[in-house]
Amino acid sequence: MFKRSVSRGLFTSFLLSIFLTVFIGAQASALEGPGITGKISDPSGKPLSGVSITLANDENSVTGVTDQNGQFEIAAPTAGKYLVTIDVSSLPEGISIADPGPQREIVFIQGPKGLIFKTQVGTSADQIIEKRDSKVPQLIVDGLLFGLTIALGAMGLNLIFGTTGLTNFSHGELLTFGAFTAWTLNYLVGLNMLLAVPLSLIMSAFLWGWVQNRYLWKPLRRRGTGLMGMMIVSIGLALTLRYTALATFGGSPRNYNQYAAQPGLNIFGVAVTPKAIILAVIEIVVLAIVLYWLKNSKIGKATRAVRDNPALASATGIDVERVISYVWTLGAFLAALAGITIGINQDVSWRMGQILLLIMFASVTLGGLGTIYGALIGSLTIGVLIQVSTLVIPTELKTVSALFVMILMLLFRPQGILGKRERVG
Amino acid sequence: MDIVFVLEQALTQSIGIQAIIYCLAAAGLNIQFGYTGLLNFGQVAFMIVGGYSIAATVLSFGGSFWTALVVGIISSLILSLILGLPTLRLRADYLAIVTIATSEILRLVVRSVALREWFGGVNGLNGKFAAQFYALNPYQSGIGIGPINFSQNDSWVVTVGWILVAIVILITFLLTRSPWGRILKGIREDEEAIRSLGKSVYWYKMQALMLGGVMGTLAGFIFAIASQSVQPDSYVPDVTFFAYTILLLGGAARVFGPVVGSIIFWFLLVFIGQTLDQTISAGYIPFLTSTQVGPIRFIFVGIGLMCLIIFRPQGIFGDRKELALDGR
Amino acid sequence: MDAKTFDIDEVQNIFKNVEQKPGSKKPDPIILAKKVVRKFGGLTAVDVDHLEIQRGSITALIGPNGAGKSTFFNLLTSFDQADDGKWFFNKEDITKISPNKLAQKGLVRTFQLTKALSRLSVLDNARLGAKNQIGESLFAALFKPLWIKRELEVTKQAEDTLAQFNLLEKKSDFAGSLSGGQRKLLEMARALMLKPEMIMLDEPMAGVNPALKQSLLGHIKNIRKKGTTVLFVEHDMDMVHDISDWVIVMAQGKIIAEGPPSLVMKNSDVIDAYLGSHHKTFLTEDGKSLATDET
Repeated sequence: MFKRSVSRGLFTSFLLSIFLTVFIGAQASALEGPGITGKISDPSGKPLSGVSITLANDENSVTGVTDQNGQFEIAAPTAGKYLVTIDVSSLPEGISIADPGPQREIVFIQGPKGLIFKTQVGTSADQIIEKRDSKVPQLIVDGLLFGLTIALGAMGLNLIFGTTGLTNFSHGELLTFGAFTAWTLNYLVGLNMLLAVPLSLIMSAFLWGWVQNRYLWKPLRRRGTGLMGMMIVSIGLALTLRYTALATFGGSPRNYNQYAAQPGLNIFGVAVTPKAIILAVIEIVVLAIVLYWLKNSKIGKATRAVRDNPALASATGIDVERVISYVWTLGAFLAALAGITIGINQDVSWRMGQILLLIMFASVTLGGLGTIYGALIGSLTIGVLIQVSTLVIPTELKTVSALFVMILMLLFRPQGILGKRERVG
Repeated sequence: MDIVFVLEQALTQSIGIQAIIYCLAAAGLNIQFGYTGLLNFGQVAFMIVGGYSIAATVLSFGGSFWTALVVGIISSLILSLILGLPTLRLRADYLAIVTIATSEILRLVVRSVALREWFGGVNGLNGKFAAQFYALNPYQSGIGIGPINFSQNDSWVVTVGWILVAIVILITFLLTRSPWGRILKGIREDEEAIRSLGKSVYWYKMQALMLGGVMGTLAGFIFAIASQSVQPDSYVPDVTFFAYTILLLGGAARVFGPVVGSIIFWFLLVFIGQTLDQTISAGYIPFLTSTQVGPIRFIFVGIGLMCLIIFRPQGIFGDRKELALDGR
Repeated sequence: MDAKTFDIDEVQNIFKNVEQKPGSKKPDPIILAKKVVRKFGGLTAVDVDHLEIQRGSITALIGPNGAGKSTFFNLLTSFDQADDGKWFFNKEDITKISPNKLAQKGLVRTFQLTKALSRLSVLDNARLGAKNQIGESLFAALFKPLWIKRELEVTKQAEDTLAQFNLLEKKSDFAGSLSGGQRKLLEMARALMLKPEMIMLDEPMAGVNPALKQSLLGHIKNIRKKGTTVLFVEHDMDMVHDISDWVIVMAQGKIIAEGPPSLVMKNSDVIDAYLGSHHKTFLTEDGKSLATDET
């Protein structure tokens, strides 16, 4: 019964991923080898043609221009590091390139890279000051998209904490390893993302989820290791995994072979890539399925029972270990999806999980431990908060706002927005 | 393979500057976690305070080295107050998360472009801010014993460093054998019992946090003085985790735990690193490259930490009965 | 404060003139509580209108499970926060005081689940109880000559107290190695090290074997003899009958009866509370109900 609903869910997600990634596939560019693609429009969305862009390093230099649709495609002669420069004199009067500016450093391994250059009204001199293109709708949309991805990780973190009491400091590495699994299948083995993604989701759920619980956490629980001890074990595990990722895949960020390059769309003045939208849709569907399960399926209810009171759940005949096994598998699945999403939207790096871990903690804390929707609400709020905070604080400190909120929450309302106050004896 | 070279390097590093830094940081954790049961995962924040206090006071504000030391200690106590106020009433896992978050906030702040004028931004602060310290160096040349050798400057840092360690260990010894220490151990086991006996648990925890924090700040001092450079990306949470590994290795709640742990940790880390490096260069391990040696050492640290907790949480010298870990 | 020593006759005389009804006034109350309320969600756990505890007495707080005794206990000793009400210790308002300050003022409690500090020695456990230890301050602690004299005094007091409880020979053992009953004795000994004016015992007989019970009873009587007021929560009716001077009965958060142990047990309200009110109704042969006479 439990297996049936799991496999049904996985199959649905699998089909969905195939359908949607085919859809993305139609958008992919024609460029095969290393090079840059993208589109430049003015702040109102009108494409800018004739903008000159140079791709250069110590040995080579290639220049291209944007066509009448504002799109550009410039092939690089070799792989390696290049400096991309927009010739600002080729921009129309009164338009300049927004933060981070008309110059980018880019590293090509194999495939092409998509670049988004946002334009703003004003002269280039404005760019020296770190002022973000602070359109609130853009920030909110960016925040929601980010928050959705975080929600996948936060949900798993929440479920694991709820059912086992473990504060899992290695949860971020589930994202990292999910993303790298996909990268290995895609880049090293050569599978197309359409295949690599679903395959790596399944592999990750098993390898990084089920196996981890079965051979590490379950034996520790049996031994009676206390929660503090297990927390420190999770830290040791995080170190091990993180540096394994570094040793295996190196320090430079990696990209997937497909969908790395994609021009951005302009929807109601908000810049967003098609892949981001599609991935968001996939995420929403998956989250909806998970939430529905938790509420309605037998295993979902059992999970909630275990989370509320493991001893009682066990006494009423629920196989607690089975629920925990399921939670770990699901958690790893969700985390892998989150990691792959970030990998597709940005890149894959050995530290991606560590960077996101505190944000996930903040989301779970904000939403409330032990609640179904808490992780989701917390994540979306944190995502938007991080982005919108850049209106008042420097961009590099935007994570700080999330951490601050988390600390405040733990001080004044540790049960989070949705949680219930713990009853005193 | 040059085993002599490897041993030389390992022995030197095991009593060298890194060992001293981590010993001091771990000694602070010993007071906080070992004796009081406070899971402070933000110890590196105190090191940031130590390092940046010296560098910024001298380079950005034109103060003297000695003023800088005072600024560091005071800032450390203030950080303890700020950190302790919200966290000391929280349970262990919340305390852990909040302390890591605080250390990251502090790191991001000193790393920020906005405060680049004072703290040097991403590149940090570099300069001869410890000149007055080195001016006192009595060594005419580097010192060494057998295979262990230090440069002239390093010799002075190492000497002062181990003296600091001795002082810190002495303080730990005196305090833990006193009635004050008795209360900490009581708090570690059951706060409510201690409260019911008329002691202010919150205040004792704060004292433990402050004392341990100052020790962490001393570690930050040595770190900054040794390289005359402070960089934000050196003060990542992993530093705290390594300090915990060292503490657990030597034995938490053992006066010499941090010393033993640090010496053994650094010996092993360098030994493994150098051995790997040499065997890879000689071609014995064809699927690895030299650049991977760095991370591989840390993989061992992670595995080591896990094994310690799982198989021998009391470390080398600890007493299993006294541990803060079992069954919590 | 001078501790008056009472002997049994004197105490019983005091209680001769006290009204046997809930919330009755006592001639010399050491504790006074007014309108104490504690709710958990929709459930009212404690709703005590008025309560006074007589100084120097051994008072028992009894009642069926869920009556709110432990909650009330925790409220009085500041281990829980009330929603409403005030209470006083020696006429001083202790409603919002922190538990450690309360202990310093002379009101000490023990716990139902014994909190003997297992990883400390028996002697250290006892030493922790002593007040005014200069060695407990951080700076003084660094200099042994400053605190060694007081420490020796404390050690002597601890050893004497442990001897009274027959724990002296175990002084160097870890408290964790003691039996459950011995740990209870240790907790009591430790509490007495504070030389409290009043000691509140939370189910002191819980989990104690019969042989040890007598010993414990003896110790509690001794405590009263030295002038310390005792309030305890208990289910063990034999104990209540044996040593208490006065009994307070709680049910469903309220105080429903007060009186000397022999009489209070016969109080019909008390019996109702324990057994449920239907016990009273017996049908005679001709179908009329008859109230029974319970002992």
